Amino acid sequence: MPFSSPPPASGEPFALSASLDKARHLSSLLRAVHFQDHATCFATASGLRVTVEDAKCIQANAFIQAEIFQEFAVQEESVVFRINLSVLLDCLTIFGTSSLPGTSTALRMCYRGYGYPLMLFLEEGGVVTVCKINTQEPEELLDFDFCSTKVVNKIILQSEGLREAFAELDMTSEVLQITMSPDKPYFRLSTFGNAGSAHLDYPRDSDLMEAFHCNQTQTNRYKISLLKPSTKALALSCKVSIRTDAQGFLSLQYMIRNEDGQICFVEYYCCPDEDITEAEL
Amino acid sequence: MRFRAKIVDLACLNHFSRVINTIAKLAKTCTLRLTVGKLYFILSDKVANGGVSMWCELCQGNFFDEFQMEGVAAEHNEIYLELVPENLSRALKTAQSAKAVKIKLTNKHCPCLRVAVELPSLSSSSRIVTHDIPVGVIPRRLWNDFREPSVPDFDVSIYLPVLKTMKSVVERMKNLSNSIVIEANLSGEMNLKIETDLVSVTTHFKDLGNPPWASEDGCQSSAQGRDLESMAEARIDIKKLQQLLAGQQVNPTKALCNIVSKRIVHFILLHEDVSLQYFIPALA
Repeated sequence: MPFSSPPPASGEPFALSASLDKARHLSSLLRAVHFQDHATCFATASGLRVTVEDAKCIQANAFIQAEIFQEFAVQEESVVFRINLSVLLDCLTIFGTSSLPGTSTALRMCYRGYGYPLMLFLEEGGVVTVCKINTQEPEELLDFDFCSTKVVNKIILQSEGLREAFAELDMTSEVLQITMSPDKPYFRLSTFGNAGSAHLDYPRDSDLMEAFHCNQTQTNRYKISLLKPSTKALALSCKVSIRTDAQGFLSLQYMIRNEDGQICFVEYYCCPDEDITEAEL
Repeated sequence: MRFRAKIVDLACLNHFSRVINTIAKLAKTCTLRLTVGKLYFILSDKVANGGVSMWCELCQGNFFDEFQMEGVAAEHNEIYLELVPENLSRALKTAQSAKAVKIKLTNKHCPCLRVAVELPSLSSSSRIVTHDIPVGVIPRRLWNDFREPSVPDFDVSIYLPVLKTMKSVVERMKNLSNSIVIEANLSGEMNLKIETDLVSVTTHFKDLGNPPWASEDGCQSSAQGRDLESMAEARIDIKKLQQLLAGQQVNPTKALCNIVSKRIVHFILLHEDVSLQYFIPALA
């Protein structure tokens, strides 16, 4: 470890203290959920969870488990604070986002507890940057209550199959329509834009399909502007699981493997778009 | 007044283009001063520039294969032109694989720098692309406005850190704050700091080295006799610093800055055949 920070004068250890040899293992995951300025950070002994929400309809969570860090200690049962994610990312990438092979930014994070700022110590090539980011009162977050017993349809796809589709989504369409069915078309992505409708079908026996568990035909629409940021998580991931429940709530779970082979997860939850009539379906 | 010059060597041409690209990033409009031996790109410290000033000097012999200049008068064998460097930069973009570039001062309808780029072609006759860049001729009575700035009586002089690192750090800090504090001491330490309501960030550079300066009359400059650990600092506009760093396309041979506490930061970037001085005043 390049440096150690002394514990607070009171003699009590930090509420959260962590070390990471390669800061980009954290910053790349956070970027995958960075579609709003503010995020809520939860730290428990298992690791760090960073949550971003928008419009009370969409929530993204990045999970960085404790094993990814070289050191990860949480003093209380859990530590929660709200922080400006744009500022946090600028600090984590202070030495740039593309580093030369063989060089990396070492990170140490310390948080003394409620009301204190988050301290970051970053080091690369002998140059040290110290950041102090103010934290805020955490706000109440949505609970999508998405558990496996409520799942109606689930598929697991290799991400490479979806990447192009998501990167080229017709953004003039207000919605992304997702159809999942035990019968044809099995899995269909549709948009309805200025130039017309576009449908992309994935057959259940496709090489890209790792698992296919669809029990019921469901067609749901989601605001495309809310789902578009998930493209960042998709780009990093190797696999994605797509699940819907009886009310049409969508869960996208992305499995992300970093350059050291460690696995992390990012998930997106989205409410279905309410403004559709029976006739349109 | 006459001026005509020619570059035939591709390496010289690319080098010259890079210099012009750097100047274009630093100034919307500037003064080009032509003498028998040198070219100067000058920006004087008007309020419109935010108080920054620039002095860039090139030896024409290092770039041009042919260079002929006749100034306004025999005793004042110089030409001062006002131009938009971006126009020159754009003209030179077409010259990336040129056989030759000729530059000539013309006055058909209005004064222009005519840049004629001779491009290779398969047929026996060459293709020539000509750009006419409008310039303003600066009359001799105003030449005093463009004198070389003197090195200020600085508190600390220090070599800059690796520009790539400094550039990354300043670019990120620019997202967080409008102003940046640059501080340094005579022990080779420099800190870059930003502080806002939301966040404070400090980057510490060590072992940078302090350039040895000897003043002309041999006596000590105000930097001598100064406590080695004590920091000289100035708060400057972060965009101006970022522009200076972003404009550096090639690593300079020497890069240093002189800080006059709370007044001005004087940057000196030296390449083999180009020297660039850039002054950024401290914010009130």
